[in-house]
Amino acid sequence: MNPQPRRRTFNTPAPPASPFPYHPGSLLSILDLSVDGVSRLLARATELEKQDPLKRNRILAKRRIALLFYESSTRTRTSFELAAKALGADTTLVSNLSSSIEKGESLKDTGLTLRALGAEAIILRHNSSGAPWLLEQSARLPVLNAGDGMHEHPTQALLDLRTILAHLRPGVRALGADTLAGVTVTIVGDILHSRVARSNMLMLPRLGARVVLCGPKELLPETATQSATGTLPRRQGPAAGGVEIERDFEEAMRESQAIMMLRIQAERLAGLQLDLEEYKAGYQLTGQRLAAHAPKAIVMHPGPIIRGMEITAGVADGVQSTILEQVTNGVAIRMAVVERALTAGVPSDRSPSPGWKEGGRA
Amino acid sequence: MTALAIRNGHLIDPAAGVDTAKDILLKDGRVAEIAGPGKLKHAEGAEVIDAAGLTVAPGLIDIHVHLREPGQGYKETIATGTAAAAAGGFTAVAAMPNTTPVNDSPEITRWMQSPERGAQVRVFPIGAATRGSKGETLNDFAALKAAGAVAVSDDGQPILKDGVMRESLAAAARVGLAVIQHAEDTRMAQGASMNLGPASFRLGLRGMPPEAESSLVERDIRLVSELRDAHPHLHVAHASTAAAVAAVRQARRNGLRVTCEVAPHHFLLTEEHVGLYNTHAKMNPPLRSAADRDAMIEGILDGVVDAIATDHAPHAPHEKEVEFEHAPNGITGLETALGLCLRWLHKEWRLPLGRVLSLLSAQPAALLNLKGRGTLAVGSYADVVIFDPKAEWVYRVAETKSKARNTLFDGWTMQGKVRWTICEGRVAYTNPA
Repeated sequence: MNPQPRRRTFNTPAPPASPFPYHPGSLLSILDLSVDGVSRLLARATELEKQDPLKRNRILAKRRIALLFYESSTRTRTSFELAAKALGADTTLVSNLSSSIEKGESLKDTGLTLRALGAEAIILRHNSSGAPWLLEQSARLPVLNAGDGMHEHPTQALLDLRTILAHLRPGVRALGADTLAGVTVTIVGDILHSRVARSNMLMLPRLGARVVLCGPKELLPETATQSATGTLPRRQGPAAGGVEIERDFEEAMRESQAIMMLRIQAERLAGLQLDLEEYKAGYQLTGQRLAAHAPKAIVMHPGPIIRGMEITAGVADGVQSTILEQVTNGVAIRMAVVERALTAGVPSDRSPSPGWKEGGRA
Repeated sequence: MTALAIRNGHLIDPAAGVDTAKDILLKDGRVAEIAGPGKLKHAEGAEVIDAAGLTVAPGLIDIHVHLREPGQGYKETIATGTAAAAAGGFTAVAAMPNTTPVNDSPEITRWMQSPERGAQVRVFPIGAATRGSKGETLNDFAALKAAGAVAVSDDGQPILKDGVMRESLAAAARVGLAVIQHAEDTRMAQGASMNLGPASFRLGLRGMPPEAESSLVERDIRLVSELRDAHPHLHVAHASTAAAVAAVRQARRNGLRVTCEVAPHHFLLTEEHVGLYNTHAKMNPPLRSAADRDAMIEGILDGVVDAIATDHAPHAPHEKEVEFEHAPNGITGLETALGLCLRWLHKEWRLPLGRVLSLLSAQPAALLNLKGRGTLAVGSYADVVIFDPKAEWVYRVAETKSKARNTLFDGWTMQGKVRWTICEGRVAYTNPA
């Protein structure tokens, strides 16, 4: 039955402004950063990368950083840890499998405990979307989002951007709304469950890039593009580029300067049945497809890659692949992000209660 | 106190068609006399409430609350929940059966109404439709009704199976009770923690499609239609989607006894109010799209919505301080309903005051067949709310009478300040200016 046609528009209460992030050093969403902020972080990453390691490790000498990981991780965890240590910080890893989290300790209490132990920042990987916001609100420390559920992975978007710039805009220093004008980045595969896709599609259009999402309906709902243009608290300016859906992989490839492949997240499919042979026929990146439709594009993948599934071994190891370069860029980016977390100044005023201060427009 | 004279007030009693200056005498828990200002004949010796400048109306009735007893007293008790009700101008509430254990027996139904619970206003239990609210085996509706249950429902869970819902409607019709359905096809909503749409995609949360509600409402209406000769009464709890309200509208046109309620959060808020994972904005049904929210307003204005009900769902603070997908559903509502209805339905969207009050008293009383309530006609229960319709005030959850703090309306401006709540002749709440 169709809803009744709308006869009137109503003056209604507006959603409240977001109080996040509480701490200027936090990086919860890629939208916490202005384009200038992104630009500064990337420049700083390059400086830190070039610096003498013996000088660099005085920057955060003996400062305490906790890595709190509720999900397994190779790249993100290791590169955050190496980045923090490269700046001289002490790090400690708390994982859900070897801590009191197993005994039922809440995220809030775990955060307060880490704070009491002297942690000055927490790097959080969590299987629930939104967990970093809860942790920041309750622990009152800078929080770095190292991936939350199906939501965001802001440092991945930054290292992806560094990789894209190195290949497509070498030599560019300061970023602006048109830095990536004329560039099409296609993100392929399991968009629905991908925090990498969300962070990238929120950031790349603000630099002028056109983002094309490509995948089957089950893994890429039509709402994906509406959400990119929707309003979000603290949204940093309008996006110059756009986000579009193209279901034909080869068509999308022909328009792309960068192709970002994603893994099918079997652990998040929640009962969804996929015909993998059909998926591969439609969306696997093969050497033949690449040569025929995008011989000059860079091939990206946030990892972990499943060879023979979304990407063939030949393409993963081929000359167009930037997969390992992305991993390397992760360390530089995370040095800059970790440094910012501990040097970004005093936190803004906090509400006395853990609840939001909501206000009607009335 | 046996007699109470309310003088100089403006009486609005929609069921009796009264909207004028009247004095009222309450005696022995009933309305004893109504007369023009200064004209009460039997008020000698009565205690006097000066209601000059105030509106006097039938006490508000919320047909959908969770008082958490028995079994979950750490969230709310019947005493604290009804104290919040009294502060909000309510003199009667209907308590859902999703307690621990589930209220599926006459014993629990009677336990909830015992004076030992310390209720500040009248509590009408709603009995579970099925054993343990598991949706399989029907309870003894006649026994539940005899113990005081005013309706049956498995609220919190839908009655999903066609056969069980059909039997529930037929059995409830035989004893003159409504079946209140929590319309959610849970098969379409697995793992969902908000409305399905652009916002759920953006936040990386699994979404509940609007069809999970509307398809079950449509199924239920089909069953009511098939059982037409038995005159079953289907009441749709907390309607939240345009399609569900449209289905109810159509069913009524077809002469079926199908009613629905809408909660203030569903006619005021949208999925955008989830913000960045504010667990106080997590409820079931979830906050929906702007188009759905507008359809709730339309439905209230055009009369298809029969009642405003709060779905008052208190939780302990620590239960809401968790990851969004793990947070329990619900928002409190008893203290904010009148203030929000007057501020938005009346002042902003121009619904006449009498109709707002009717949605909060006369209509819910009629819907659950609460005899002698929802009106202040002589002889009815002395359930009265006296409020200042002009007063603007700001809701502060720190001052709540409820045990819970899970509201989205902290700091919101409200219209209409409750000065007295009188339940069966007894002052249950007072806050004179």
